[in-house]
Amino acid sequence: MNFDELLGNFPALTITGLEQGAIYALVALGYTLVYGVLRLINFAHSEVFMVGTFTAFWTWEALGYDQNSAAPALGPLILALAAGLIVAGVASAATAVTVELVAYRPLRRRNAPPLAFLITAIGASFVLAESFGIGTSRAPFGMPTLLPSETLFTVFGAAVTNIQLLILGVTLVMMVGLDQFVNRSRLGRGIRAVAQDPDTAALMGVNKNRVILLVFVLGGLMAGVAALLWNVRYEFTKFNVGFLIGLKAFAAAVLGGIGNLRGALLGGLLLGVVENYAAGLFGGEWKDFTGFVLLIVLLMFRPTGLLGESLGRARA
Amino acid sequence: MTATVDKGRPAGFKARWAAMPKQVRWAALAALIVLLYILPNKWFYEYLGFPIGSEYFALYTTRSDFAGVLFDTAVFVLLAVGLNVVVGFAGLLDLGYFGFYALGAYTVALLTSPESRLGTEWPWLAAVPIAVMVAMISGVILGGPTLRLRGDYLAIVTLGFAEMIRLYAARSEGIAQGQRGIPGIPHPPGSGSDGKPLFGVVDARPYYWLLLTLILLVIVLVRNLANSRVGRAWVATREDEDAAEVMGVPTFKYKLWAFAIGAAVAGLTGAVFAGKQTFINSDQFVLESSILVLAAVILGGVGNIKGAIVGGAITWYLPEWLRGVGELLGVEFDAAEYRILIFGLVVIVMMIFRPQGIVPNRRRAAEFADRRQEAVPQEKVSSE
Repeated sequence: MNFDELLGNFPALTITGLEQGAIYALVALGYTLVYGVLRLINFAHSEVFMVGTFTAFWTWEALGYDQNSAAPALGPLILALAAGLIVAGVASAATAVTVELVAYRPLRRRNAPPLAFLITAIGASFVLAESFGIGTSRAPFGMPTLLPSETLFTVFGAAVTNIQLLILGVTLVMMVGLDQFVNRSRLGRGIRAVAQDPDTAALMGVNKNRVILLVFVLGGLMAGVAALLWNVRYEFTKFNVGFLIGLKAFAAAVLGGIGNLRGALLGGLLLGVVENYAAGLFGGEWKDFTGFVLLIVLLMFRPTGLLGESLGRARA
Repeated sequence: MTATVDKGRPAGFKARWAAMPKQVRWAALAALIVLLYILPNKWFYEYLGFPIGSEYFALYTTRSDFAGVLFDTAVFVLLAVGLNVVVGFAGLLDLGYFGFYALGAYTVALLTSPESRLGTEWPWLAAVPIAVMVAMISGVILGGPTLRLRGDYLAIVTLGFAEMIRLYAARSEGIAQGQRGIPGIPHPPGSGSDGKPLFGVVDARPYYWLLLTLILLVIVLVRNLANSRVGRAWVATREDEDAAEVMGVPTFKYKLWAFAIGAAVAGLTGAVFAGKQTFINSDQFVLESSILVLAAVILGGVGNIKGAIVGGAITWYLPEWLRGVGELLGVEFDAAEYRILIFGLVVIVMMIFRPQGIVPNRRRAAEFADRRQEAVPQEKVSSE
């Protein structure tokens, strides 16, 4: 137990925690959306994130950036980030949609039991991870430093870098945008209707299969954004990069209340912060434990999560 | 009764088997078991006329030590039989099954090894029951809070559990000694008629025989459980938990039992593995293995012990054998490298077209067929 470390670096740990938690939150949105509509843990979502990191990386390579290239000026930087964002978002969404069409939809048509869905999801996750693993010789890939870390200002003695600001800003924008989309738009109303009662929604003229596709597209887009932010921050990817992120993001989704969009954000940020406090208190090797222990304790006392499970009643 | 039902149709293997006299069935079973015991012996193949050392082998794996492969296959079969109790009988998805296996192995290592920080240096045999207990108790601790919830939370919590155990063992320099691992675990006791120890380093056959014996014991136990009141409670819980609860089945209790029994079998397997290996570290307990065991159970046929055996044999033995065959044909195809990818694909396709597995459990197959029928009218509405 190292209380000096925790108390001395409290502001810095908090900021790092928020930064990491933001990425968890973006990935958690994918779990929450799919769970809210289909009552299915989409295990393959961690691989959707992984596909995003690789495609963004390859885009940058195609644009001529490698590990040795100098950081670009503002104009090319924005271009590179935007290109990476679009490619990663599209690739991730396409991966999520492919999994839905190839693996889940045939099962729904056959009214398979929930166990079959879960097993298929694991199968899909491993097929994706392994095909990337074999294709990339299971090697880790370093990335170009597009955005050099730079301290902008300090809060209570803790430095806040431009990357941290970017991650938190983008996450908040995506979050608010998605929340408004689900709560205000016509398509969003369809999502909420199917989440609440699929059969009644179908009777009212909502195309269930199209709503499900939309949910996978939205989740994939969010994972793509998270992948880009991950690339900018950690400058590294590997075929199994999604596994731990996916596990933590799922824990975050359950923490906030699975099926609840705002819960995913809250859960993600909370998990990131608590994880970093635990790392300060017990040492770095305990960091990955925290999310898991937090999840089990929460499941014991409040299985519906902090904000409750309600995509169908997301307005309340 | 089966004979009257099958009349007029060509009788399948299963029906003919069931129609045979009891003595014949017992004799066939005994012959199969004897065959399994003599399988790793080289003289058996020489007797059959296979030239040893050349590449013309029907069963032998040419690329790796055959007895070693059989031992690993037996590990998988025993794990599959144990996991089948959890996934097949009780219908709980346990993705972290290898975590309990790791716990069993580490418990034995810590209690017996002279290098361990505990410094107890027990004999192997004394540590085995403790390993089984530790695995079982951790199963109860893990299952207690999660089994009350929806089944899908259990999947993710067990997945996290197995990975956390591995991560802890890999990173912490404390009790599990990180990547260096724990060496010097003693072998099982016993000496042959010539005074040499029965369980040595080079020869994997005694370990295979030990595991085979354990497999037979566990199968007898599990079979009896499945056909008892407990087994009926598992089936009822799996098919409809609410209905079972209303009918007075304490579903939580029986789910916890299934989980604990599965964990205990995994702990036992881990203990034997540690005794053979004499050295363990975190690299031996990767997540892929958890998934392979699950794939074994699903491929073979969920809820069927025979299926679990077939599945366990397929997931480990077949890729090793194919390596030898590939060499024979001059193809450098390492099936073990693509194992996870192939099993992932097979599992997806299987869940769609044959969810009941290769050797299906009759009741499970009927459940799937039933649900499929229920889906038909719904599909007509929603596809408009």
